[in-house]
Amino acid sequence: MGLIVPDAEPAVAEVSGESPNWVTARLSDLVNWGRTRSLWPMPFGTACCAIEFMATAAGRYDISRFGMERQGFSPRQADVLICAGRLPFKLAPVIRRVWDQMPQPKWSISMGACASSGGIFDNYAMVQGIDTIIPVDVYVPGCPPRPEGLLYGIFMLQKKIRGESLSDGQLRLERPLGPDGLFRAPAVIDEISEPFGNSVQQTRSS
Amino acid sequence: MTAVAVVSPSVAALRARFGSAILRDRVICGDTVVWVAAESAHDILAWLRDDPEQRFDYLTDVTAVEYRDGELPLEVVYQLRSLSRRADLRVKVELDKASPLEVDSVCDLWSGANWVEREVYDMFGITFRNHPDLRRILMWETYAEGHPLRKDFPLRGHFSRSEQTRQALAAKPESHYSIEELAIAGSHGELSADMQERLARGERGEVD
Repeated sequence: MGLIVPDAEPAVAEVSGESPNWVTARLSDLVNWGRTRSLWPMPFGTACCAIEFMATAAGRYDISRFGMERQGFSPRQADVLICAGRLPFKLAPVIRRVWDQMPQPKWSISMGACASSGGIFDNYAMVQGIDTIIPVDVYVPGCPPRPEGLLYGIFMLQKKIRGESLSDGQLRLERPLGPDGLFRAPAVIDEISEPFGNSVQQTRSS
Repeated sequence: MTAVAVVSPSVAALRARFGSAILRDRVICGDTVVWVAAESAHDILAWLRDDPEQRFDYLTDVTAVEYRDGELPLEVVYQLRSLSRRADLRVKVELDKASPLEVDSVCDLWSGANWVEREVYDMFGITFRNHPDLRRILMWETYAEGHPLRKDFPLRGHFSRSEQTRQALAAKPESHYSIEELAIAGSHGELSADMQERLARGERGEVD
């Protein structure tokens, strides 16, 4: 509550001599310190990853220890979108809408193999990675990830936030869909949707 | 224990009642399967539901099969259950691929057929005549790639991933709720004035 001036009242000076009640810091550090400890999640659970997310949120793993106390199922009061599970194309406009409704600052975690890459669902119905729809900050591998995995992903996100700078205007820019109705260039979407390993040689069943 | 191949007594009753419209029957894993002529299917199913000896009052499922052998016809499968008699019967209707894939809806017999017939339509492209609301149910309504469970449908769909993404993002989910879905009890009062007016007119339209 304010700085201590050198010629203050003796009583105040005595207290401040024991433990000075002021601190210097960069504003970015202070703000990031606050943000890392109050990440309100917006769970977007679509599959078995959501079960692991629930386990992470429940008593044994308890993500509220890390400032994620408030589980908001309202995108307008959320900071981090956690896509837990596979995302069918039918839900693509929904997660895009949820993401657009979240106010800045906002981050997103892609939890599990399906959200990150389509996973085993390399078929007509499934988005091959939610990064073709919305920007993603942290990818958590696993099928599904254990709660420790998700917690580690959250720590990674906190670390990322600690490195952010308030003066970097690019960080808080909204990235809406382009005039072609896509989040990324079509060639990029096609490329990152390519399957890995043997699946590349897989013939399209016809 | 070996399964005893016992033909359901319903088959004899069906043959006596419908004659040549009952094409063939077979016991598979202890379940009786009856193939019936497509044009008589609705009458036969209605009789199976209403006849006091049969009383198949519960439609467990409607689904369809397309075999890998392209010569074989598509099959629409009706899985019937008589709750009072504790009896099951599977009725199959064959649809030749050369002719239009059409069969009469059984929504008027079992209301529960509504959504399962929509699913068969969505996945196989089989049209159910006189269905009250034959729209896609799993894929979104503007889905343009075809019917995914047909054998000639590629696993990853016909379009490129970017085109699929573009079409999916362009789909406006709110635009395609049916009157029934929008009128679900309680939500009507919370709808905007123009939506309430549209509902009163019985119109489904673009919402922006």
